[in-house]
Order: sequence, then C-alpha cells, then structure tokens
Amino acid sequence: MSSFSVTEPSKRSKWFAGTMVVIYALVTMVPLAWIMLTGFKSPADAISYPPKVVFEPTLEGYVNLFTTRTRQTPEFLAANPPETWYDEIVREYDMVIAGPSKFGERFLNSVIIGFGSTFLSIFLGTLAAYAFSRFKIPLADDLLFFILSTRMMPPIAVAIPIFLMYRQLGLSDTHLGMILLYTGVNISLAVWLLKGFIDEIPLEYEEAALIDGYTRFQAFYKVVLPQAATGIASTAIFCLIFAWNEYAFAVLLTSGTAQTAPPFIPTIIGVGGLDWPAVAAGATIFLLPVMIFTILLRKHLLRGITFGAVRK
Amino acid sequence: MSETPVTRAAAATPKRVARRIKGLSDRAIAWIFVAPTIFLLLAINIFPLIWTINLSFTNFKANRIGREVKNVGLRNYERILTDSDIWLNMQATAHFLFWTIFFQVLIGFTLAYLINKKFKGNDLWTTIIVLPMMLSPAVVGNFWKFLYQPQIGLFNYIVAFFTGKDPSSFEMLGSVQLAPWSIVIVDTWMWTPFVMLICLAGLRSIPDYIYEAAEVDRASKLRQFFTITIPMVLPFLMLAVLFRGIENFKMFDLVVQLTGGGPGSTTELTSINLKREAFEKWRTGYASAYAIILFVTVFGLASIYVKALNKVKER
Repeated sequence: MSSFSVTEPSKRSKWFAGTMVVIYALVTMVPLAWIMLTGFKSPADAISYPPKVVFEPTLEGYVNLFTTRTRQTPEFLAANPPETWYDEIVREYDMVIAGPSKFGERFLNSVIIGFGSTFLSIFLGTLAAYAFSRFKIPLADDLLFFILSTRMMPPIAVAIPIFLMYRQLGLSDTHLGMILLYTGVNISLAVWLLKGFIDEIPLEYEEAALIDGYTRFQAFYKVVLPQAATGIASTAIFCLIFAWNEYAFAVLLTSGTAQTAPPFIPTIIGVGGLDWPAVAAGATIFLLPVMIFTILLRKHLLRGITFGAVRK
Repeated sequence: MSETPVTRAAAATPKRVARRIKGLSDRAIAWIFVAPTIFLLLAINIFPLIWTINLSFTNFKANRIGREVKNVGLRNYERILTDSDIWLNMQATAHFLFWTIFFQVLIGFTLAYLINKKFKGNDLWTTIIVLPMMLSPAVVGNFWKFLYQPQIGLFNYIVAFFTGKDPSSFEMLGSVQLAPWSIVIVDTWMWTPFVMLICLAGLRSIPDYIYEAAEVDRASKLRQFFTITIPMVLPFLMLAVLFRGIENFKMFDLVVQLTGGGPGSTTELTSINLKREAFEKWRTGYASAYAIILFVTVFGLASIYVKALNKVKER
C-alpha cells in the first residue's frame, strides 16, 4: 500500500473507533467478570448491597459446588479436627463434608456426551461430506437443503416424538440416547461445514494418487483427510460446543444418570435459597472451556456460526 | 456452493482413471459413505417428524398410555388457530424477535463499521467481544437472573447509580412492563457479536478500488456510505437477520432460565408455551399440531425471506 491511500482511515478516526470498540468490549465483559468474581465470594458478600468489588476471596463457592455438607454438634466438631483445607472452610459454618455433590458427575456426563457425539458426528459427517463433494449423488442439493432445514424445528417440537421413541426403546436418560440425539442434530452442521472444507481441496492431489495406483479409499484417508485436518478440527469444536451448551433436550429427556451440566447448574441450592457463589463457580467452570475453544477457533468462527454461508 | 468439484470429479474419474482403480466402485463408496448419515437423519429427524404429524390428528396423551387414542381430524389445528392465548404468545414472540433483531443490527453494524477502521489491536478486541455468543444460553440466562435481582443485583445497582432511582424500586424480571425488555437486553448482549461478525465479513469484502473510484468522482464520504457501503453489506446483513430470526423464533433455553415465561405469561414465547402443553399438561396430540404449525411458519417465512435475499444478491 502506498504511503497515502484514500481508503486508509485517518489517525483520528482510527483512534475514535478504537476507543468506542474498547469501551463496548469492556462493558460487555462486565456480566462475565462479575460471575467469575462471585464464584470467589462468600455467600454474604455475594448478596451485599452495594455490590462489593473488593472483597476477601474464598474458595467456599467451589467447595460448596463439589460437596454436600451436614451440620454437626459442637462436641463432634471438637472431637474431629479438620483434616484438609476444604474441611476448614466448611467448619466456619459448623458443618462437615458429607460427600461429593452431583456436580462432578453431571460435568462428566457433559464431557462423555459432548465428546461421544462430536466423535460420531465428525466420523459420519466426514464420510458423507466427502461423498457429497466428490461424487454425483442423485438429489444431492435437495438432500443437503433438507439436512439443513431440520435445524429450523424448535427443539421442543422434536423432543415430543423423541421422548416417546426413547421411552419405548429404553434410551431415555442414557448416555447412548443423548449421544445419538446430539449426533442427529449436529450432523447437518458437520456435513455442511465439512463439505465446504473438502470442496476447497484441489482435486488434482487425489487424481494423482489414483493414477499412482491408490484405491479411492486410500486416496481418501491418505490424501484428503490430512488436507482437511484443520477443517475437521474446527468443525469438531463447533459440534462439541453445541452439545456442551445444549439445554432443551437435556432438560426434557434426562433426569439423573445422563443429565448434563446446563440443566443442573441452575438447581444448585444452598442453605436458605440459591447458593449464588456455588452457582457462579459452576458457571465459571462450565463456561471457561468454551471461551478457550472460542479463542482457538476465532479464524473459523464465522464459517461455523453461519453454516458455511459466509467464508472469510 | 460451487458445483465444479462434483461435476469435475464425476467427469474425471470414471472414464480414464476408473479402469485403473482397484477396490470398490465409486458408486458403492459414495453410498457407503452417505448411508449412515442418511440413516441417522431418518431415525432422529424424519421418523419423528412423521410421527409428530400423525400425533397431531389424535387426542393422544403421553402420560396415559393405556387410554384409547382417537382420531380427531383437524380439531387440534382448529383449536390452536382460534385460541386467543396462543395469539398472545405469538405477540410476545414477535416483540422479542423485532426488538432483538433491531438492536442487534444497529449495534452490530456500528461495531463492525468501527472495527473495520483497522485500529491497532482490533483482532484482540473482536475476539473478546465475540465471547458471549458461544456460551450456554441456559447458564447465561441463569447468571443474568442473578444480575437482575432487585436490591442485590449488579444490573439494578448500575441503573440506579446512573438514574438516581432506588435499586429495589424496580424488578426487571418481576414486572409486566419490564420483563419483555429484560429478555431483549440479555439476547442483545449475547448475540450482537454474531451480527457484528457477519457485517464485518461484508465490509471486508468490499474492494478498496470502489472507494478509490468514488473518491476520484468526488463523491462525499456520506454518499459513499449510502451508495457503496450499505448496498454491499446488505446481503450479509440480511443473512444475519435470517439466522437470528430462525434462532429467536425457536428461543427456549435463555428465556426459560431468566423468566420461565412469567410474570403471568408476558414472556411466554411460543417454544415455552409448547413445552407447557407437551410436557406439563401432557396434551401430546395438541402440542404436536402446535409444533407442526410453528415449523410450517418458520419454514414458510424463511423461504420467502431467502427469495428476497437472493434478489438482493443478484443486484
């Protein structure tokens, strides 16, 4: 670019734009920052008025999130001195830790169902996307559009027959049931995105491999797959985030064994109403991985959220 | 969606090369690759859809399995379309849709325009701004409920700080006037970055030489904005509105966590209403008809809109 360009914004307008954007970014971060702070507050600090920005940090919220506690008599407490730092925290309230809470379990469910459905979506999606990209498939466009339009159904509308179906098949509240369901929902996104990525790989590579005596299948996994690795990785993250965040199906179709974290976090109850620091701690632990993934994904973000309609 | 790779592959492989390919034929591979996906879609999407259509003509109740199921014809549809309460839910949904899209387009476009000034560090700030939209809506709804608490909530405190009102004098989630706006605020906070990202892609797709030519023609900056920037970004903006429209028509998790449809039914969007009919009152047949009506509505509106979008693109 030359030293002077009519399209290059002036220094003053850059400075103005920068300031405005930074102000917006800071304001938009306030709710998130507040939740993360609340996770380190004591219950009293969390509901104090005026809201406290400076407070004495404590891990109480996190301890409460992961444990269940019972109140004990002073004699019992005196006879059993606290053994660990988390014991000490709950002793302040004359309580002892009775055992782990369900949060760990629910979080693990989120991990199992998230990764399980992501793996399945990517495995099936890559195969289908390759076929859609490279072969003539009758009604391919209609099929692709159909795959996409299934996303227009409100989740509750889909949940009615799935609920009945799963009840009959014994899949309600099972990991397998949720993995299959999320794969069914995610596969449209996976196929659509992956087709876009595979379309971008030049055909010449495969043709060369085929002429060298590779079979179609060998050409697929030795030539196309490595080339599509970035695309597959970012599609996988999108599928994972969807399954991770999903709430409507989870709340309707699971209640115990296979319940994921989103329906569980709002139900964390402390002594006398909602235990906000524990809820905030749960939200923080649950949201952090997604934030990290978002940062990793920032280059392909646009493509994922628009079903590949906009590519940068 | 370009057709070239498909047609080229089909033209390139079978004749010259095909004879030398060992193993399965292309046709077999294509079907083996696509079949599992199709099967899964049939099982998780098509079969349930057909089942829903079937159920919508009956008086089936999922919590009473033994009861005889009667075919009631179109009565479910008739009852839904003449029910004035459902029109109230539709109105609540329309209010939510209109204002969220309005604010998101306004703020999103402005932000994209500012970011496109390419100031130092714009990538970093864009990434930060984008964070809210990737989070779990249910968890977001849950923690905004905390921010909206009267007296102790941060939102009330900040509003009170700037307006001088008493922070316990208004309840964002509890009052009939404010609750519909409280969900608009959270949705706008969460999804403005989405519109911003798409607008930014639109702005970046405008080649510099168009502005340079306009400059040579001595078009004013304002004129350039209205005759170059806006028309070039419009297809992108319309796409963003399409996505937001479909998503917010389906809106469930965020609002259920925030207000649960209340107070009364002021924020009871159609999805929340549908959930009540299907999984609280267990009127499965009725809810199925409702689901079909919603699906047809979204699908119809989206199809009309996509046609308009394509017209804009062609210009």
